[in-house]
Amino acid sequence: MIRRFNYIDIVLWMIRIGIIGIVIWGTVGKLFLGVGTSYTATNWIDFLISGLSQGSLYALIALGYTMVYGVLFMINFAHGEFFMGGAMTSTILVALPLAQAGYINRFPILSLLAIFLTAMVISMAVAVLTERVAYRPLRRAPRLVPLITAIGASFFWQYFFRGLYGSSLIPFPEFRMFAGKLNILGLSVPKPDLFVVFVAVLMLIGLQLFVQRTKTGQAIRAVAEDKDAATLMGIDVDRTITITFAIGAAMAGVAGVLFSIVFRQLNFIMGFTPGIKAFTAAVLGGIGSIPGAALGGLFLGVIEAMGPPLFLEGLGIVGAHQLKDVIAFTMLVLVLIFRPQGIIGETLSEKKA
Amino acid sequence: MINQKNLRATLQVGLIAGVVALTMCMIGIVQSFDVRDVISETLSLGQILLFAAAPVAGYLASRRDKKAGLPARLLTGLLGGLLAAVPIYLLILLTLVWTTIRTAFVNVKPELIQIITLGHDSAAVGGLQLMLIFTGLGLVGGLFGLIPDQFRRAILNGLGWSIGLGTMTETMIGILRARVSSATLNTLFGKTGINLVPFIILFLLIVGLTYWWRGAGQGQITTVRERLSPTQQTWSRRTATTALILFILVLPSILGVYLSEIINNVGLYILMGLGLNIAVGLAGLLDLGYVTNFAVGAYIMALLTSTSQYGLESPISFWIALPICVLAAMMTGFFFALPVLKMRGDYLAIATLGFGEIVRVLARSDALKPLIGGAQGILQIPQARIAGFFATVSDVVLTPINGLLGRFDLSLLQVRGDAITFGTPPQLYYLIILACLLMLFISYRLNNSRTGRRWLAIREDEDVAAAMGINTTNAKVIAFTLSAASGGLAGAIFAAKLGSIYPHSFQLLISINVLSLIIVGGMGSIPGVVVGALALVGVPELLREFAEFRLLFYGIALIVMMLVRPEGLWPSEVQRRELRGEEDDMMIMQPAPGTAD
Repeated sequence: MIRRFNYIDIVLWMIRIGIIGIVIWGTVGKLFLGVGTSYTATNWIDFLISGLSQGSLYALIALGYTMVYGVLFMINFAHGEFFMGGAMTSTILVALPLAQAGYINRFPILSLLAIFLTAMVISMAVAVLTERVAYRPLRRAPRLVPLITAIGASFFWQYFFRGLYGSSLIPFPEFRMFAGKLNILGLSVPKPDLFVVFVAVLMLIGLQLFVQRTKTGQAIRAVAEDKDAATLMGIDVDRTITITFAIGAAMAGVAGVLFSIVFRQLNFIMGFTPGIKAFTAAVLGGIGSIPGAALGGLFLGVIEAMGPPLFLEGLGIVGAHQLKDVIAFTMLVLVLIFRPQGIIGETLSEKKA
Repeated sequence: MINQKNLRATLQVGLIAGVVALTMCMIGIVQSFDVRDVISETLSLGQILLFAAAPVAGYLASRRDKKAGLPARLLTGLLGGLLAAVPIYLLILLTLVWTTIRTAFVNVKPELIQIITLGHDSAAVGGLQLMLIFTGLGLVGGLFGLIPDQFRRAILNGLGWSIGLGTMTETMIGILRARVSSATLNTLFGKTGINLVPFIILFLLIVGLTYWWRGAGQGQITTVRERLSPTQQTWSRRTATTALILFILVLPSILGVYLSEIINNVGLYILMGLGLNIAVGLAGLLDLGYVTNFAVGAYIMALLTSTSQYGLESPISFWIALPICVLAAMMTGFFFALPVLKMRGDYLAIATLGFGEIVRVLARSDALKPLIGGAQGILQIPQARIAGFFATVSDVVLTPINGLLGRFDLSLLQVRGDAITFGTPPQLYYLIILACLLMLFISYRLNNSRTGRRWLAIREDEDVAAAMGINTTNAKVIAFTLSAASGGLAGAIFAAKLGSIYPHSFQLLISINVLSLIIVGGMGSIPGVVVGALALVGVPELLREFAEFRLLFYGIALIVMMLVRPEGLWPSEVQRRELRGEEDDMMIMQPAPGTAD
């Protein structure tokens, strides 16, 4: 394609070179010149493990973005709130009473199941309600309109749950089974991180199987491909979209409980930052693709965990760990600028892009 | 009499209304608003919100089947009201069984149950009483559906205005205290709200006025206006404009310090709204990182004028710093615009949101602390002041005017000592209103300019606009840059107003507030920005209990506006024509009265 070369391209090239420069300069500074604190190999492995566990959380949340985008081509800005609603409700209504009664250490598996189920049900309820009220009537509206209602829904749910449960930090009860570390192949891995990765992988495989093998999954894929043709094939499109939202939200609910297990502190704005980062992960992996969301999440988690000690400290920046979020948001902006189709994603067709 | 379809609709409407009422109880709205009485010691805003569920449910339920007879309508209304009480009754029963419910739901306090059960000793009995009231109100709602349309509108209008004015009792007392005798005040207002009799009179007055206006009044006034000769018409218009300008100028001395402060906040939001309106409303670029421009304006102002360690060696004056702030914000807008221009609408929104968050995290990080103060912010920003020659000139002009106005307890800006300082809210008002008027003027000019039309074309269809020979890249860059200017101006004034700035003043919420007010007012509409700012910033500041739920209502407002009135409260001409279709095209084809000659 021949088109005029304009000043925007120069700016974009300068950004590319600048970012690569920063990363290389910082890494060299860290590894060869020894700027900042020096870390041992164990430290680096710890960073990697926490990055992987964080990344699997992003992957789980990213599934919701990716599936909804797949069928509706809309950014469900309120998805982080589905995550938060499930986590808070299950903690307050199930986990804390169970802990008080002493059940969580006597029947840890059963308690966990109850917590997970509550979180999934609440997240799904919130998602289905949001879809019914704020998105469905606007199916035919211009693209920015559902994004605006999604922003509205996001703030509505944040302050709804704030009103229900208060604005203070809520502690997640301590499970004895998650205390300490486990030795795997000579590496000592914190048990919560291991559990997070395990559950996330299980859910991802389950979801992939569901979408590929079941009748409902087939319907979701059909609606994602072409809504009108799907209608002609006898698929109830509205119902399928609701199911898509519900499944994405259920994954967010699971992620919410996992998040509570790892960080053990919850409040009503906990959904916002993970939500945005998971969206980054979804775009990174190629939005609309389930394996892409998984890869994008892991990639983002690792970069976020390794970035500050590696190339930011290498640049001699004070308090580099505070800039973790800057790395994630910069990734978001960069991906949207340079590869909106994702790092591994195929080029999307005109309609989707 | 009631068929199955009817019954199902009633069930649906009644339960939805009930769940809404229950939600309002559980998240604390009813209880927070209970402290604000509308009718003194009789009816609080919280109770109104709670009880409103019943008549609304009754009304909607009775209107589901338009052909139903009178008994069926009344019965569905009654049933709707009763059903609306069921969820709340269940909550009351639940609190009896689960006594520690407060550990889970912080707002389900004994005080709340007191309110719901109307202070009855036994909660269960009180709940039954509530059900009876709800049923009665549901019946009223059903009856309301039978009244002719004109009356219904008049009554709704009357209810809305009198409840609104009742809610603003404190404000009205504050304004009236200096001007009305205390005996009159005491007859009008009780300790906490309007007295019952004045409330009823007010209600009837407004109902009557609305009815007259809708029926005959509007037509009569238009006829009177049309009968005037052209010169008379011009004069009447000029008189109105002069009166408006005078009113704007003396407003702070009418309102007092507290209300001036609120108006100032509204003014800052109008400034930001006008700026963001260029990007969102005109060019259709959804910018969720608008707070960045505000922050840049504020920080540059702080760095240039502060006398603390972060300021310059020799701080410069506010007036020199102001244009620099605006320029800096424009530069930021320009540089943030460049990389995102090629993105699609929704990706652009998320990318700008990303920029906003990056700026906020950077501002509070230790890495930039030596430069801009980190989380502790920058202190000791001096107030804006005019001294020297201009102050002397102003003194000569303002003193006689103030002397004249002083007879009516009014005043303009005053010269104190040998300078005019913009420190207290009434003083700052003049600075902010000046900035607003300037931006309003610029916005009006831009709206009708060639560039403005280019933006509209891009908003409607970018590809077509490009095909028509519009350089879309340049137009979008200009939109972002100009939109940033106003945000920078607001930020600079904000810094001088507060005297200190902290990173946590520049959160995403500000971007969302500004976006909400544009959408509520009407995208691309300049009067809409003013209306939106008054509704979304002014009203919540008057109702202090509201602060906690402000964003909850913003969220609802965004959704409801998009569903019901996407063109906004005060839409721009273009938007209205587009969204409302032919009916308005007809109006445009008729020559407007008065323009023919």
